Amino acid sequence: MRAILIFLAMVFSLAIGSVALAQDGPLRLRITDGVIEPMPFAIPAFQAESAAAGQLASDISRVVAADLTGTGLFREISPDAFISTVSNFASPVQYADWKAINAQALITGAVNADGQGNINVKFRVYDVFSGAELGTGLQFAGTADGWRRMAHKVADEVYSRITGEGKYFDSRVVFVSETGPKNDRRKRLAIMDYDGANVQYLTDSSAIVLAPRFSPDGNRVLYTSYETGFPRIYVLDVNNVGRRAIDLPDGTMSFAPRFAPDGQSAVFSLTTGGNTDLYTVNLGSGDLTRLTSAPSIETAPSFSPDGSRIVFESDRSGNQQLYVMPASGGEATRISFGAGRYGTPVWSPRGDLVAFTKQNRGRFHIGVMRLDGSEERLLTASFLDEGPTWSPNGRVIMFTRETQGAQGAPSLYSVDISGRNLKPIRTEGGASDPSWSPLQR
Amino acid sequence: MNSLKIAVLVGAAFALGACTNAGRFDNDGGFGADGAGAGFDVGSAQDPNSPAYFNQTIGDRVLFLVDQSSLTPQAQTVLAGQAAWLANNPEFTAVIEGHADEQGTREYNLALGARRANAVKEYLVTQGVAATRLQTLTFGKERPLEICSDESCYAKNRRAVTVIAAGGGTS
Repeated sequence: MRAILIFLAMVFSLAIGSVALAQDGPLRLRITDGVIEPMPFAIPAFQAESAAAGQLASDISRVVAADLTGTGLFREISPDAFISTVSNFASPVQYADWKAINAQALITGAVNADGQGNINVKFRVYDVFSGAELGTGLQFAGTADGWRRMAHKVADEVYSRITGEGKYFDSRVVFVSETGPKNDRRKRLAIMDYDGANVQYLTDSSAIVLAPRFSPDGNRVLYTSYETGFPRIYVLDVNNVGRRAIDLPDGTMSFAPRFAPDGQSAVFSLTTGGNTDLYTVNLGSGDLTRLTSAPSIETAPSFSPDGSRIVFESDRSGNQQLYVMPASGGEATRISFGAGRYGTPVWSPRGDLVAFTKQNRGRFHIGVMRLDGSEERLLTASFLDEGPTWSPNGRVIMFTRETQGAQGAPSLYSVDISGRNLKPIRTEGGASDPSWSPLQR
Repeated sequence: MNSLKIAVLVGAAFALGACTNAGRFDNDGGFGADGAGAGFDVGSAQDPNSPAYFNQTIGDRVLFLVDQSSLTPQAQTVLAGQAAWLANNPEFTAVIEGHADEQGTREYNLALGARRANAVKEYLVTQGVAATRLQTLTFGKERPLEICSDESCYAKNRRAVTVIAAGGGTS
């Protein structure tokens, strides 16, 4: 237990860089040239405690394993190497057998299904080298249809216990699904599990849709649509797919909406007479408040988690830079000072960092910095990376990467805030503008 | 052959009062086989009061430098022609569409496209076009015309297109 926590503390206290660590104790972290050695774990297929649970038990353990290995912090040991089998969830664990194959964590589980669509999943986590259970066993009850969510909940518990970090696997992503050639893209809103499973479409492709953003409770989405022919912001209920336009003055265009943390209001860009400024709108009353009044472009606003401040981009200095101002408007402080241009700032759910898109020397980067602009760290580089969104625990960033040229197409990627574990999220067709939901309840 | 068909299509669109956006059509001759008295087909790109003339002969679009929304001298010449045409064709309104190339973030490019569209609108107004006949629209980088990823395409994508329509416009 202690050993695992030390492992974790080391993983999360270190950023990128070449670091060599003294190795003491069985659970250890090896970092060479910025690569952390993932922790090996074993997850025997979960036990089916009833005939109806057979396939589900196996499927659930596969999803748990995929969640954990997907973080880049864990490595699954092939079942072919197992010496022990786990034939009963309640049986004592033969630690020596797992130690012998260098499993540092062991995850066991069992699934019961009543044959009427209800399932029950229980699991335990063991620190093999300490020879002790890590935390206590837990069980989740749910429906067979929702088996992937139950698997994500198990993986979240394991991840959180071992890393000390917040959970994030039981979450969804709303994004823009893209098809068609570059000069005739069809776009529609879609929602999926964080890992790309269970895609559902929320709009058709009859009008351009852009940049959906989840409400703090995950039940609504703000986005921009051209259904009137002009860009305009809408709010959509993800459960019944009902939508309504936010009422705004005639002759204006609106885009880049984002919810306030209380879910009652939104901040967005409104363009009138060619000039783009920031406003908030009360989603209940429709009352508008103007936050900025400058001839420059003010856009891509994002609230602090406590709702007191807004980070946004402006070209008031001559090119795109990041600024922070009170949520009611007023004096803004510039926070980005490095070479190049900075846009699309997003406040992290932990409150300590801003993720952004940076353009410099013809390349695009996703990066993070502190709210005072210090400790800027670029996590990616490509022809076109943009639009970061935070995982619910503030540990991972998902973004859009578009490839170059006439056949260029967008897809979603995620990366750890350490800069490690850059990987694509598999989607059918093109995908852009992800927005990560809060943890589901 | 093609251009003949196009002339017919443009004429039909004109008759229906629909908007046309024929900027990609080449004006490579072939008109006048059954020429009217004026020396051009009514509705063709040689007819100074036709949408085809606006779109092709005057030019329905102007181009911008990287991250700029100011009008070049060439753009001002095109827009002066657009303004004169609109003065002669008061039943037409226009939506000015501003676009950006792909080298920018989505939101910024929307705002930049709006700036470009507005720069065109303001210029047309200084040339005497009533502001009430002009609407602006931004597409940001959502509707590129050219799809390669180098300056030859970007230069054509950084544009503002004046899309004319007969009647009350799209409001």
